[in-house]
Amino acid sequence: MTLFLANARLIDPEALTETEANLVIDNGIIAAIGAMSAPQGATVIDCGGNYLAPGIVDLGVKIGEPGERHKESFRTAGQAAAAGGVTTIIARPDTSPAIDTPETLEFVTRRAAQAPVRIHHMAALTKGREGREMTEIGFLMDAGAVAFTDTDHVTTDTKVLSRALTYARSLGALVIGHPQEPGLTKGAAVTSGKFASLRGLPGVTPMAERMGLERDIALIEMTGVRYHADQITTARALPALARAKAAGLDVTAGVSIHHLTLNEYDVGEYRTFFKMTPPLRSEEDRLAVVQAVADGLIDVICSMHTPADEESKRLPFEEADSGAVGLETFLPAAMRLFHAGHLSLPQLFRAMSLNPAKRLGLPQGRMAEGAPADLVLFDADTPFVLDRFTLHSKSKNTPFDGTRMEGKVLATFVGGVQVYNNDNE
Amino acid sequence: MAFRARHLLGIEHLSQEDIRTVLDLADRYVDLNRRTVKRTDVLEGMTQINMFFENSTRTQSSFELAGKRLGADVMNMSMQTSSVKKGETLIDTALTLNAMHPDLLVVRHQNSGAVDLLAQKVNCAVINAGDGKHEHPTQALLDALTIKRAKGRIQRLTVAICGDVAHSRVARSNLILLGKMENRVRLVGPPTLMPAGIGEFGCEVYEDMREGLKDADVVMMLRLQKERMDGGFIPSEREYFHRYGLDAEKLACAKPDAIVMHPGPMNRGVEIDGTIADDINRSVIQEQVEMGVAVRMAVMDLLAQNLRADRGRALTEETYV
Repeated sequence: MTLFLANARLIDPEALTETEANLVIDNGIIAAIGAMSAPQGATVIDCGGNYLAPGIVDLGVKIGEPGERHKESFRTAGQAAAAGGVTTIIARPDTSPAIDTPETLEFVTRRAAQAPVRIHHMAALTKGREGREMTEIGFLMDAGAVAFTDTDHVTTDTKVLSRALTYARSLGALVIGHPQEPGLTKGAAVTSGKFASLRGLPGVTPMAERMGLERDIALIEMTGVRYHADQITTARALPALARAKAAGLDVTAGVSIHHLTLNEYDVGEYRTFFKMTPPLRSEEDRLAVVQAVADGLIDVICSMHTPADEESKRLPFEEADSGAVGLETFLPAAMRLFHAGHLSLPQLFRAMSLNPAKRLGLPQGRMAEGAPADLVLFDADTPFVLDRFTLHSKSKNTPFDGTRMEGKVLATFVGGVQVYNNDNE
Repeated sequence: MAFRARHLLGIEHLSQEDIRTVLDLADRYVDLNRRTVKRTDVLEGMTQINMFFENSTRTQSSFELAGKRLGADVMNMSMQTSSVKKGETLIDTALTLNAMHPDLLVVRHQNSGAVDLLAQKVNCAVINAGDGKHEHPTQALLDALTIKRAKGRIQRLTVAICGDVAHSRVARSNLILLGKMENRVRLVGPPTLMPAGIGEFGCEVYEDMREGLKDADVVMMLRLQKERMDGGFIPSEREYFHRYGLDAEKLACAKPDAIVMHPGPMNRGVEIDGTIADDINRSVIQEQVEMGVAVRMAVMDLLAQNLRADRGRALTEETYV
């Protein structure tokens, strides 16, 4: 089947360009880009001058299967992803039980077939994410694990971690770390500072992130492992990251869209939908990290999609669960950075699509002939007020409820097949 | 009348005029409380429920007495032994209580912000009797009344708040109130017991107690909150007393007529020398307890008036129809 997308503004995150062109999709692959006319027999879609970009590759999505399907299933996460322009989900292993054996990995792989977008799975680095024994990294890679992570559980036993990293290196596995010094982080609900003191909430110093990162960098240097820091959210951690990259270590880093668009004061009167891990930071930190994304020092922007039901959020702030859903609001939130003049659209899609795909060795994320036709068609300007009950996710814990946003996904294509059409909504 | 609030959740939400209204009314209740017949009927027929998720003797009995003197039906719920222990969430507890149609709900909870959360879910007036490390508004109001009566004013005073500021909701509420009333506030204590970013609150921070007390009009001591500490904030109680305990020698740095306050319960020999606490010429600690009942009566009176206005017609009228 051949598709012809006419009259689009193509975003190329590799060349960092925007061009007006047509695009031909054949057999799920981008077959041609240029000013040509529609091939014979092709289905023509008029893009109306809207933006067409490589679909988002979202590194680190929590899905409730197994264990918490009432919060999110593969089907609902997939629908939310399609509506948000996310064409590839990289699922987290912090389920219950954790994805730490080939058998559980096989289960989620089977379940993931229900989703309309591509789903790859990460596996736990240690059994039960408890930081005591490494998982069967080899078997898990054979079963399709694309990376290994204990998510927000920091392995405190450095000897266990160094062995796991050494073993992972021997297999060429990518390890994703959560750089936080666990002693300082323990019990914290927000970032320490004026806001935390005003609200009487336990805080963690932003320095805890740098300490965690510095330890991990030393371990990377020691073991030679391929490493990605899930979220770098503070200015004080950036020089360490820059030094590690300059030293030639195989290190990349990400940040969630929430940390790029919100700050600690957004918590306001104890609003638990704004409780995140790590906690939201100061405005100075937020701006420094936005700049680091523009500079390419931080490679990846992710949604850190973390569904939580009302029962786990309608609690006193300290006791409430951490995390926010983000798949469906990812692109409109990113448009805030574009409209504020902080990041260009190609820069955004470099961080949201190209870089995560490259880091995981996936062919997606490129606007080029021969690349998979995973695409998102969107309008950067359409204003709307978000109503959280319109979200496709089972859980509605978005920090953007009731806020004004701009930008709307018009259509999403995965492997040349249209999986979302805004007109049908 | 200025005071328009539906709940009293924190000093943060009050204006200078609100605070004056409460203090003026409380002043009148002080006189009432000194008579032999102390009962009035401003809360006649209303139900007050005291919900204390955290242990408290003095605050709870102060609220209970205040409610009874105003003529309310007062019920105490000891939450340590209730269904909360059986896993009921705060919201469910609130909804259950709400169905019993209370008019005033007095709540203490160990988590900051928990009382705000509860207030969103009930139809009555909610008074924060202390939430975590956030606020304890009636304590700050009773402290203000005590200062006003001892010093003749609650403005342009130098107030030193000393000790465990980090774990103290009393300190936060007092800091906000004294700031709103245009006083000079100093915080004195070891840096491990100072909350982060405290320098941005418009107060002066001292690590040396003698410097901090210099020329102070009011010395407000805080209790060392042993139960809130997960260890390692201070090396020992005796070293703490040596450096930050209020004794005659340190108090001599303050103005000769400076008053000494403490929200209680006191750790004698830890943050305050017993002889200072008992010195009737300096210590107003017993007055604070007395003012507590009056301030709580004033707050409940004002909230009940607003509640009646909110509900459209006077509840007392309904009663006698």
